[in-house]
Amino acid sequence: MIELEGLTKRYGEKVAVKDLTFTVRPGIITGFLGPNGAGKSTTMRMILGLDHPTAGDVRIDGTRYDRLKDPLTCIGALLEAKGVHPGRSAYNHLLCLAQSNGIPRQRVHEVLDTVGLTAVARKKAKGFSLGMGQRLGIAAALLGDPRILMFDEPVNGLDPEGIHWIRTLMKSLAAQGRTVFVSSHLMSEMALTADHLVVIGQGRLLADTSMAEFIERNSRSYVRVRSPQRERLLDALRQAGVTAVESGDGALEVDGSKAEYIGELAARQQLVLHELSPQQASLEEAFMRLTAESVEYHAHTGTGTPAPPRQQWGESWKKG
Amino acid sequence: MIEAVGLTKRYGDKTAVYNLSFQVRPGAVTGFLGPNGSGKSTTMRMILGLDNPTAGQVTIGGYPYRRLPNAPRQVGALLDAKAVHGGRSARNHLLSLAQLSGIPARRVDEVLGVVGLHEVARRRSKGFSLGMGQRLGIAAALLGDPQVLLFDEPVNGLDPEGILWVRNLMKALAAEGRTVFVSSHLMSEMALTADHLIVIGRGQLLADMSVTDFISANSADFARVRTPDTEPQQREKLSAAITEAGGHVLPEQDGALRVTGLALPRISDIAHDSDVRLWELSPHQASLEEAYMRMTQGAVDYRSTTDQKAGLQQPLPPGAQPPVPVPGQGQPGWYAPPPPQQGGQPFAAPQGVPGQAPAGPYGAPGAPGAAPGAPAPNPYAQPAPQAPQAPPAQAPAAPPAVPAAPPTAPAADLTKPEDAR
Amino acid sequence: MAATQVVRSEWTKIRSVASTVWTLSLAVVVTIALGMLISALSKNEFETMSARDRLSFDPTFISFAGMSLGQLAMIVFGVLVVSNEYSTGMIRASLAAVPRRGTFLLSKLAVATALALVVSMATSFATFFLGQAMLGEHKASLGDDGVLRAVIGGGLYMTLIALFSMGVAAMLRSPMLSLGILMPFFFLISNILGNVDATKKVGQFLPDQAGSRIMQVVTPLDDDTPYGPWGGLGIMALWVIAAVVGGYVLLKRRDAQ
Repeated sequence: MIELEGLTKRYGEKVAVKDLTFTVRPGIITGFLGPNGAGKSTTMRMILGLDHPTAGDVRIDGTRYDRLKDPLTCIGALLEAKGVHPGRSAYNHLLCLAQSNGIPRQRVHEVLDTVGLTAVARKKAKGFSLGMGQRLGIAAALLGDPRILMFDEPVNGLDPEGIHWIRTLMKSLAAQGRTVFVSSHLMSEMALTADHLVVIGQGRLLADTSMAEFIERNSRSYVRVRSPQRERLLDALRQAGVTAVESGDGALEVDGSKAEYIGELAARQQLVLHELSPQQASLEEAFMRLTAESVEYHAHTGTGTPAPPRQQWGESWKKG
Repeated sequence: MIEAVGLTKRYGDKTAVYNLSFQVRPGAVTGFLGPNGSGKSTTMRMILGLDNPTAGQVTIGGYPYRRLPNAPRQVGALLDAKAVHGGRSARNHLLSLAQLSGIPARRVDEVLGVVGLHEVARRRSKGFSLGMGQRLGIAAALLGDPQVLLFDEPVNGLDPEGILWVRNLMKALAAEGRTVFVSSHLMSEMALTADHLIVIGRGQLLADMSVTDFISANSADFARVRTPDTEPQQREKLSAAITEAGGHVLPEQDGALRVTGLALPRISDIAHDSDVRLWELSPHQASLEEAYMRMTQGAVDYRSTTDQKAGLQQPLPPGAQPPVPVPGQGQPGWYAPPPPQQGGQPFAAPQGVPGQAPAGPYGAPGAPGAAPGAPAPNPYAQPAPQAPQAPPAQAPAAPPAVPAAPPTAPAADLTKPEDAR
Repeated sequence: MAATQVVRSEWTKIRSVASTVWTLSLAVVVTIALGMLISALSKNEFETMSARDRLSFDPTFISFAGMSLGQLAMIVFGVLVVSNEYSTGMIRASLAAVPRRGTFLLSKLAVATALALVVSMATSFATFFLGQAMLGEHKASLGDDGVLRAVIGGGLYMTLIALFSMGVAAMLRSPMLSLGILMPFFFLISNILGNVDATKKVGQFLPDQAGSRIMQVVTPLDDDTPYGPWGGLGIMALWVIAAVVGGYVLLKRRDAQ
């Protein structure tokens, strides 16, 4: 369990994180989302005691990080893939971390095996690809078999097999009752992985809810209905006071009603349905909607500016 | 239009790319997929004339890249985002590229605006984040307003808004009739972006088809069916009726049924006939990732194994069994691909098959000890990970039959990143 | 978290990178080779020296001439040991593993200093004996008054130079910045300040000028240095303590990079 209480970090005038209070619970995967510059990394660094909070504090299972005895056996973190001396071998990198926390040497071999780096364990990290560096970072996080795990952009540089592996790994860690806290920019990946979401923007907490609730609250959900008796179905819906819109491909989109309600309605009227599927917006859409509402956000990223009209491209200089 | 014919690249004994023939057509986003070390980067480098093919050739608009008249105005590429002199400003970097190919300075400011870097255009690129470097790389690719664009892992380091932007940008470029060729490891992202796919594994072509065909060919479509929660007997009744009609039913975690082998209207009729009310009847297609994993299983270079944790535990007396993870807990993942050599039906994509053994506490996909139906692996008897020598011909739905994997050992050259080979 | 665990971890770190080996061997080779060369040259020049110069001829000090260059390799060693953590990003993993920053820094310095001490002592004795061998009939022997003190002092001097560099690197974090300040300082500025009359008084109190006094056995004739050999080493030690304390305070206060 990670508890943040009124966590604030200022760099001079700039407030990176402001009054952040939330709890990361065990047994589930908690996703940590936010646009670039929202303060995600700063928050994760403060959790690990790397940055000192200006105000507020963080507790790891009730203890301040710097009071933990052998912290790696309590919380393991993947912060950045490139935190390795290029001239040091993967084995020695893990060994020096293990020794500092009294973790036996045998465990180094095990985690290397777990992440699939045994064959290159004695090679210098200099030659590692981004994906291999990432696996080494994951190995370091698993080293102390900790109850709490924190991953910052874990799929960076991994290939599809690796992405699937880390996702399964995180799910099994959570299923074992561990606390898993993951930040990522890949909404589609997050949607497959996380159970709970903590969203920040401009250093402030925007949401702290379950995945389903987050999507429901921040996007439109509707039910797609398809029937060979389309006109009768439309009548039945109208009578029940339900509005349906045509979706263009012959199906109907029904807002504001649950699928089971429409199913029961159709059954009462002896209507045949060829499709009855609840549709939900993607996590990405929900996230975009939420963060777009946080006012200052656009000023901070370069992306806020709309691209010039496309016809303009190239035309201006080709003619001139 | 990019066209490769019999493209082959050998580095000494190692064959990076073997007899690759494909076409990348204009007007569509073509995804380029493959595991690490499959030869994607080498292929991209040969397209751009950075590497010479050992045999065969690759042309852009009919010319090899090096003989392409005014190449920078016809082809734009994002290969390595960090190939920028750290002390140079973004604007000067682009300006030097523009001057090389006779593009006016005005265009530099245009593309800087397009990628949203105009505010930091005069800052030295040393302080750029990975995402900013990526935007700069995209700006360089767009500089010559080219008809052919190549992107290698374009969303690396971008935040959600940046990812959405890149996706829309690529779609818009394709809609304008340009040729867009994108490599990526993010299947979920590819599924949203690409229209067409070229998949390679161990340097050979595995698939060249549209995204929808690819998914259908490599996995089964299914229907999700839900009956009233309040009446469990309705569920049983429907299950029995569907099975009788030749369908295949699997339970899902939330109580719904996953039905394969029957079309939606047929399921609807069966429900009607057996007097079962439906609360949900929705068509589903497997994910691109699932289909991809099915196809490339024999062609992966790195394998993760289970975490044995022996180093943290008291040594067990000889003969004692180490604690075995509880089935159903170890692998709550939404699917576990059966290694093809296990036989069985490669296309049945059972979700949460009851009794399926978990692949150890940190189940790794495709690890030989983690075969469904096999007992939970004894961590001490775990065989060394090995690339399955499965004849990929077991994936009969993939039109281009996959040739046998070349005999190169995957462990041959692991220290070098893919791009350095 | 026991300090012994951290010391063991730091030993693994220091022995598992190539820069440790090449900086230390460079220090040994340069010090000894240059010491031998200058000793051999001095032997030949002795005949042409004035009587005054012959009076202040210091065979022990001459055999340590290589240290002026060898210490630069020692500086690189000290700087890299600390600043590698920052330039590679390893510092985040290190401080996450050892959140007590005092324990972390002191263990690192203890391991690196112990290693530097062993190498420096061996170098000091080796350069003395080989230098004396080159000097032929003008040589000093270890039993002579003050010679043993000078040889041991030479080892201490090199160790303190390394430790001073570690302290500076802990304050500055960047290897380029640390080397960019330390190298010209010890190679040029200190020499210039010490040899120009106007600034000589200040120059005498710089760490290398004060510390190298311990290697002198014969005092120059017109010497007006206000401290003795051990006093000089003491002044150097004060510099080292200031650098290490500065490094510790900054590490403690600052966010990990």
